[in-house]
Amino acid sequence: MSVIDSFRPSTERSRLLHDRRLPVGVTAGLFVVMFGFGAFRYQSYGFLDGQVFMNLFIDNGYLLAAAVGATFVILTGGIDLSVGSIIGFTTMLTAWLVEKQGLPLLLVAPIALGVGAFGGYLMGYVIHHFEIEPFIVTLAGLFFFRGLCLVISKESISITDPTVNNLAQTHVPLPGGAFLSIAAVISLAVLAVAFYVLHYTRFGRRVYAIGGNEQSALLMGLPVAGTKIAVYTVSGFCSALSGLLFTLYIQSGDPLHAVGLELDAIAAVVVGGTLLTGGSGYVIGTLFGVLVLGLIKTLIQFEGTLSSWWTKIATGVLLFAFILIQRTMTARRRA
Amino acid sequence: MSLNSLWRAATQHRLFWPVAALIALLVVNVPFTPGFFEIHVKNGHLYGSLVSIVLFGSPLILVAIGMTLVIATGGIDLSVGAVVAISGALACLVVSKQDDQNAVAGVLLAFALALAVALVCGAWNGLLVARLGIQPIIATLILMVAGRGIAQLITGGQIITVNSDAYSLIGGGYWLALPFSLFVVALVVALSMALTRRTALGLLVEAVGGNAEASRLVGIRSRRIKIMAYVFCGLCAGIAGLMISSNVSAADGNNAGLWIELDAILAVVIGGTPLTGGRFHLGGTIIGALIIQTLTTTIYTIGVPTQTNLVFKAVVVIVVCLMQSPLFRAKVFGARRRGPARRSPGAPVDAAQQMEVSP
Repeated sequence: MSVIDSFRPSTERSRLLHDRRLPVGVTAGLFVVMFGFGAFRYQSYGFLDGQVFMNLFIDNGYLLAAAVGATFVILTGGIDLSVGSIIGFTTMLTAWLVEKQGLPLLLVAPIALGVGAFGGYLMGYVIHHFEIEPFIVTLAGLFFFRGLCLVISKESISITDPTVNNLAQTHVPLPGGAFLSIAAVISLAVLAVAFYVLHYTRFGRRVYAIGGNEQSALLMGLPVAGTKIAVYTVSGFCSALSGLLFTLYIQSGDPLHAVGLELDAIAAVVVGGTLLTGGSGYVIGTLFGVLVLGLIKTLIQFEGTLSSWWTKIATGVLLFAFILIQRTMTARRRA
Repeated sequence: MSLNSLWRAATQHRLFWPVAALIALLVVNVPFTPGFFEIHVKNGHLYGSLVSIVLFGSPLILVAIGMTLVIATGGIDLSVGAVVAISGALACLVVSKQDDQNAVAGVLLAFALALAVALVCGAWNGLLVARLGIQPIIATLILMVAGRGIAQLITGGQIITVNSDAYSLIGGGYWLALPFSLFVVALVVALSMALTRRTALGLLVEAVGGNAEASRLVGIRSRRIKIMAYVFCGLCAGIAGLMISSNVSAADGNNAGLWIELDAILAVVIGGTPLTGGRFHLGGTIIGALIIQTLTTTIYTIGVPTQTNLVFKAVVVIVVCLMQSPLFRAKVFGARRRGPARRSPGAPVDAAQQMEVSP
């Protein structure tokens, strides 16, 4: 394809269209436009208050953490459907251990993270070593973890533990009077770590190489097995972390928490410009994907008259638009 | 034929393991439910555990049949659950608006509208996949996300209840002493079997699933075949939606058909159709759907807490997939097998493979 590319007149326009950063730019642009629309329409309702912007991070921090994990998997050309279930299971496990068993959160958090990462590791192991479609293995993971939630308890467990409540209510002050929650800060830290790992480490380059062409990566001598399994482990870890953040956000464990959240995470990754075929995309795009999805919810809240199902329809429409953009871009690149 | 080779011939049949699993599951029920296999006649209707398994399994069988064809073309349809919700919501809305909810004409109109919308949903998925070339998982993800929103939009976020005998026939009614849904399922199964096994259509579908580009080059209209598969799948999901809503006489945009796409995919996989596309087995899919329904029933009757249902299903999925994985079989049973492992339980052994083994 590079041969054909070099025969093309390298006009400004074609160079722009071939830029892999374009999808992220489009999403960021869309976010700005939507935010501008909100600022214009809901001027008198205090939309431009700094806290409204910060609330995007507070209300969607858990989604960001999960979507970052999903980005790793999707970059290798895989998919992880177990995200929502692991989140739900983590809320349940945390609530059960803290409330019913009386363990301190400091001990529970590593256990929850370990269980999530181990679940991801197992799925990655089966996917790679037995060559079963990631789709079906993580689907089994979805059933399994959701089932485990219900095994722990059919009913919701609310958390009264003072450590959790304190953490949940701690405000991290920002200049200008606004604040972030601990969960939002952690999710941003996860994003920063993922950014560093994907773009500045050997592991990150392997992830992109496998997504670009697994066969080539193997022939090149890259440790494909280890990387693929690691990617699902990362996703499981991020899901469990997201579950902990969700527990902080909602302060309860419920077997029906985060049902279908894997789709939100995948949608965020796609809207953020990562190609589902793998090998191309930026984790920073995922941030914008999450922000755009969050902004839809915020706008619908401010509108007041619209009902919650419009969120789903708008998400679907947005997903469609971005897939079309991706499609035209990859078609051009391959043409 | 010696007993040994007869046994081998039986175990080689592609339906052997699914049927064995189904029978085993049914037998497990006997000690827990005395008279599990008995079928009584009450008020001119057949009653019994087997009848209710078929009755409650009907929507799943329908969705799984549609899903089989989509998977055979190398695709997947995640939106069936949403289509189930949309079709049920629309039909219930139309019926509930009528003065006389029992009027057959009104119910038929509701069915026609709901199925038309289901067709449109299928066509939309098909166009995205075949015309725009979007990955099936993602193309159908759009409708999966937006579809539930649309269903809730139709019902206004409420659960619409209807009170119509004519409407409740399709999902919960009886005809000739048998559940009416059984006839619907039989009709759809007969039609799809006739179309795919008595005409060249099945072969074309397998060709497209095997290699879409190659099939296009030999002159098969692969795009049209793919679109047809999604339209058929949408239609099946639409009928299933009517059944589910009719069975409970209500439409719930949020929960109707929740996770049915996963059960349907599972049924297809258990039935021996590989997710990679190509060969498909409608008979296997029906057995697969019955296995899932029986599993659900068994979990209820055995007295295992119902919440472990999902864990059981997960274990079943993973065991079935592992058994189907050539690599897993090679690693676990490798010592006993000579020659390379086969691709799928249904695939014939390549001539080349046989030649490798024979010298």
